[in-house]
Amino acid sequence: MTNAQAVDTARPGRPPGRRPPGRSRETGPTRASSMRRREAIAGYLFISPWIVGFCVFTLGAMLYSLVISFSDYRLATDTATPVGFDNYAELFRDPRVMGSLGNTLFYAVLAVPLEIVVAMALALLLARSGRAGGFFRTVFYLPKMTPAVATAAVFLLLLNGNTGAINEGLAVIGIDGPQWLIDPTWVKPSIVIMTLWGVSGTMVIFLAALANVPRELYEAASLDGAGRVRQFFSITVPMISGSLFFATVVLTIAALQVFDQAYLLFWRDQTNASPESSLFYGVYLFQQAFRQFDFGFASAMAWLLFVIILLITLVQVRLSNRFVYYEGDR
Amino acid sequence: MAVLPAETADRLVQTVTTDPVSPGPAPGRRRPRTAVGRVVVWLLLGVCTLAFVYPFAWLLAASLKPRSQVFDNLLWPRDVQWSNYAEVWERLPLAAWMVNSVAIALIAALLVTVSSSLVAFGFAYFRFPGRSFLFGLVLATMMLPGAVTMVPQYLIWKQLDLIGTWVPLFGMNLFGSAFYIFLQRQFFRGLPRELFEAARLDGVGYLGLFRHIAMPLAVPSFVIVFLFEFQSSWNNLQSALIYLNSGGVEGYTVPLGLSYAMTTFSPTNGGQGDYQLVMVAALLVTLPMLVLFAFGQRYFIEGVSTQARKG
Repeated sequence: MTNAQAVDTARPGRPPGRRPPGRSRETGPTRASSMRRREAIAGYLFISPWIVGFCVFTLGAMLYSLVISFSDYRLATDTATPVGFDNYAELFRDPRVMGSLGNTLFYAVLAVPLEIVVAMALALLLARSGRAGGFFRTVFYLPKMTPAVATAAVFLLLLNGNTGAINEGLAVIGIDGPQWLIDPTWVKPSIVIMTLWGVSGTMVIFLAALANVPRELYEAASLDGAGRVRQFFSITVPMISGSLFFATVVLTIAALQVFDQAYLLFWRDQTNASPESSLFYGVYLFQQAFRQFDFGFASAMAWLLFVIILLITLVQVRLSNRFVYYEGDR
Repeated sequence: MAVLPAETADRLVQTVTTDPVSPGPAPGRRRPRTAVGRVVVWLLLGVCTLAFVYPFAWLLAASLKPRSQVFDNLLWPRDVQWSNYAEVWERLPLAAWMVNSVAIALIAALLVTVSSSLVAFGFAYFRFPGRSFLFGLVLATMMLPGAVTMVPQYLIWKQLDLIGTWVPLFGMNLFGSAFYIFLQRQFFRGLPRELFEAARLDGVGYLGLFRHIAMPLAVPSFVIVFLFEFQSSWNNLQSALIYLNSGGVEGYTVPLGLSYAMTTFSPTNGGQGDYQLVMVAALLVTLPMLVLFAFGQRYFIEGVSTQARKG
């Protein structure tokens, strides 16, 4: 109780927090504390669905997954035989684990900055398009509404190296397009293209952030003679750095878990060999878990991924403390 | 497990509390001053529109072409073959997939809306020991990769003998979902507390507060959660692969079915390369989402924009 109260008082100005002080004096201390207890019990009851779900499907599942990762799990008999660190040692012996991890990191390094830049450019463009902005926002958002499987079906044909529309378009401007889906070098860029087509979610986040930048700042800056570019880097970027940071973290986590696009374009068809460079970590993990049913190994892979995501996010948070500006801070 | 240091998480929470979803981004529009600037903006808008719309136009055109012309990349088919739209229902159990997906998405969305809003109201209104810590946990679970819990969750459903049924595709929604809890808590916290205090004095119970005050006032947040979850369930390929793949084709959902069609129609698998039919199917499974967006655009944009205020 004291804990929660201390936290409450530590944050002044929160509207739904405090009870008016007069009332508890009227009703007396015992009455007040029994009311508080009733309120607490009701609160726990309201959040009980989440608590149950968390204990079983998150925390319980995590612990179980940890146990499995140190076992050889036999699905037929549902027995987990402890094998120590075998699965983890295997992670470093299996070249496809490290290969797919490398592919995934490469993809993330390529995709996330591009997504941020394109989403930012689109948001700036929309913010400058006056009353037509709403219409274009709708148009740009449509890809986000398209199911991944439909997107993949279309891009599978658009990206076809011989007859695809993308290479045909490139040929018009004199570029001999690559074999997007076959050439190992172009496999990841082709998934990046698909990802960029659906970048409008991030764009909307930036658009909302841009709308919150006070206009006076720009007016003051232009009186001081700052040009558009200068204004962008000295006002816009710092003012929306919170959203930039948030988008970077979320997009990175998503990129490290890519599954749908890579699976649909390259690994859906089990009879057909795809280039190793298209094997993403999420796909290989899925194959190990639900094609080979090697649950122990798949769980070890999952924990390695978790640790990597944790480390990358931590680094991002550390860096952000230096760059991100929070309104009302300091 | 908490990835964010406590102060950062706290700050995330705090920055949001000030602003329950506000109407779309109206202010801050800065129009280019010169004519040249305006031309450049419109030119760029045109190019981007082309890039975003072209795949849709291509899809529509390809869905109307005979098999041999799918790859000709013409946006106006030389020979329009309307029969594709009849044939697809015969060649693929598309109707069954759609019925399955609609049913699953409806159940999933309803369940998660109800459960998340109850939990969100618990966090928004009540004071109890450990509230901040528990809410921090809710936020932290958003960072957990699904892969970590994927196998144990499968084993749980297997223990319950529910593999091959729809239940694993929406069962977890009974317990609320972190992002939706976060989103709805925002809404509830935006409601003036005096409303609730007054109702309490009139003898309204806690559940009554939720049903008669919080729910009617936070309808937009319910719509947002419902639409988001409907879309996410409609798109959910991986769960369908895990839980429904070994069953009959008729029992597939839309994403699993379309993925199956892409494979079986492919010439490398003895198919005849009937990609025009795959295109018809892709178009037909996208349409419900576009309809959803047409009616609920404001909610989708609001829901996504809320994330901006998280950071």
